[in-house]
Amino acid sequence: MQTLRMGQAINQALREEMLRDPDVFLAGEGIGVGIHHSPLLPTAGLLKDFGAGRVKDTPVSEAAIAGLAVGAAVAGLRPVVEIMFNPFFTLASDMIVNHAAKLRYLSGGKSSFPLVVRMKSGAGFGAGCQHSHNLEAWAAHCPGLKVVMPSTPADAKGLLKSAIRDPNPVIFIEDLALYFVPGPVPEEEVMIPIGQAEVKRPGKDVTVVTWSKMVGVALEAADQLARENIGMEVVDLRTLVPMDKETLLASVRKTGRLVVLHEATRTGGFAGEVAAVVMEEAFAHLQAPLRRVTGPDIPVPASPPLERFYLPSAEKLMAAVREIL
Amino acid sequence: MPRKTIQMEKRIDYLGILDADGKLDAKLDPDLPKELLLKLHRAMVLGRRFDERLLNLQRQGRIGTFAPISGQEASQLGAVATLRDDDWMVPSFRETAAEIWRGRSLESVILAYGGFNEAATLDPEDAPPTLPVAVPVGSQMLHAVGIAWAMRYRREDRVVLTFFGDGATSEGDFHEAMNFAGVFQSPVVFLCQNNQWAISVPRSKQTRARTLAQKALAYGMPGIQVDGNDVLAVVAAVAEAVERARAGDGPTLVECVTYRMMMHTTADDPKRYRSDEEVEGWRAKDPIKRFEAYLVKRKLLTKPGIAKIEEEIQGQIQQAVEGAEKRMASLGDPLEMFAHAYAELPPHLEAQREELAAELRDSREGGGR
Repeated sequence: MQTLRMGQAINQALREEMLRDPDVFLAGEGIGVGIHHSPLLPTAGLLKDFGAGRVKDTPVSEAAIAGLAVGAAVAGLRPVVEIMFNPFFTLASDMIVNHAAKLRYLSGGKSSFPLVVRMKSGAGFGAGCQHSHNLEAWAAHCPGLKVVMPSTPADAKGLLKSAIRDPNPVIFIEDLALYFVPGPVPEEEVMIPIGQAEVKRPGKDVTVVTWSKMVGVALEAADQLARENIGMEVVDLRTLVPMDKETLLASVRKTGRLVVLHEATRTGGFAGEVAAVVMEEAFAHLQAPLRRVTGPDIPVPASPPLERFYLPSAEKLMAAVREIL
Repeated sequence: MPRKTIQMEKRIDYLGILDADGKLDAKLDPDLPKELLLKLHRAMVLGRRFDERLLNLQRQGRIGTFAPISGQEASQLGAVATLRDDDWMVPSFRETAAEIWRGRSLESVILAYGGFNEAATLDPEDAPPTLPVAVPVGSQMLHAVGIAWAMRYRREDRVVLTFFGDGATSEGDFHEAMNFAGVFQSPVVFLCQNNQWAISVPRSKQTRARTLAQKALAYGMPGIQVDGNDVLAVVAAVAEAVERARAGDGPTLVECVTYRMMMHTTADDPKRYRSDEEVEGWRAKDPIKRFEAYLVKRKLLTKPGIAKIEEEIQGQIQQAVEGAEKRMASLGDPLEMFAHAYAELPPHLEAQREELAAELRDSREGGGR
């Protein structure tokens, strides 16, 4: 087992897939000659090793980057493109929502759009609301897309490899803070199927469903609650679409209590979808009302003290758990 | 620091070869083979007559909304006639005649305007590669650049021809696509069918620029304006652009000045926004009329010959309508809506499909409550 940070694990997945399949190429803003020299960033060193033909720095043009992926995919390539920050998804969204996601359907299944759009998400850098704005629920709302948000280096690697080989367009959202968090990653090739949640920590008293950076927050809270003999089960959804309902429902049926935790704002957030599924299919098992712990419905503040209190914390999560125990 | 003028080449050619009466400028004659001239003529007439029939079908409620091409036969067919079979065509939504040239069946067009996605699967796998129509205006130009990227990635000498209208030049996608193609020197021909109207917005209110072709200059590519109702001029200009792209010398913007003789789509009434005089003025410049006059003068066609072509085309259309309506009657299983959202059926769609299947079973058992 090697220890890698998530940025390195993503880099390894990209590298392995590019070596395996000559049709895989990367395009995006500053992915080759980056402004940062950190070897921990996902595309570090790839330009040098694969050349400008396969690692393309593009003009600042999100719609064209996503459109390049749509066109190249229908012509048989396997594009992996990067939209620098999640809020810039809006600039690329017509290409993703109206084209990547719908053209297979409109072609009666004749044309295929195997592409990956990687995006950085997550607050915590004082970068402000136009850099930090988690929009996974928008993508999840669009039929034809798959939406993946890994929480660990091993998951990121295994899921990205699956995403690149998937015949559908996949939105792959990477939390920037997680790039620098280390974790064990198997040396051998590991593919993690899209659409499988994972119980990151078993527990008997309450289920916390979460994904991406918030998995760490949940595990921190679980550690603290364990000292009070409260067993928190942490379900890492990993993939929002298609969602692994079975794992989620099995956990809720076991614990009878649910908190959904995400960084994104609350109204219309994906917690609502998780909650609805549980209400529809496991209502009889609930022993208490469910709770959501999320960012408030405001643009992410840039000022550090405000931003700190914007982000859901272990304390907030523990308070929500105590409310329903 | 002085203030000085940066010298730039600013040149936009305008090309016309056949005038409105079908008189040829012999110096500019692209000297196309007789077979190609006759094939173009037949395709233009087919495009027009098919439009007329589709309009009847739409008015009778037998198909849904469609976008007519009448008046634009020369600009789209002249352009597409320059492509090789392995080149790509990326249409907007007003290139039915060009799609048919590329091997799309009339039946498939009728089926698509009837709302059936199966339309795309009717045509043979080895038909020249063509994307489905794109509704968000200008969006297809970005796909064209992506396809061109793939062609170059594989070191193939195939080119991509993409169509759009005058309205699309106001979209961000136009500018992003032109810029990418310029930077990457993509093998793309950007074919603007300037038909003077973006639904109800006239060309004069679309941009302050004198020509649309000149927008090419800002992206470092050549631009040319063509009489889009003159099929010979369109062939000549686009052939030059295709050759440039194939040789690796990058993209070109071709502006075909033409006119949409009918409505934007069957959902609007052009009488509300433009005058009959304007339409009649353009009718005098009709692309088919002038091309026929030329072909008759060259003795490649005769009046009875034209009548025979018209008759054959009506037969071809009739057969397609019958075939398509027969096929439509056999399609329409509601469960089909789940078939192609993803390559496979994910669990949540399987469940939703089952919900619908149960609903259908109930309604059948309930005797159509």
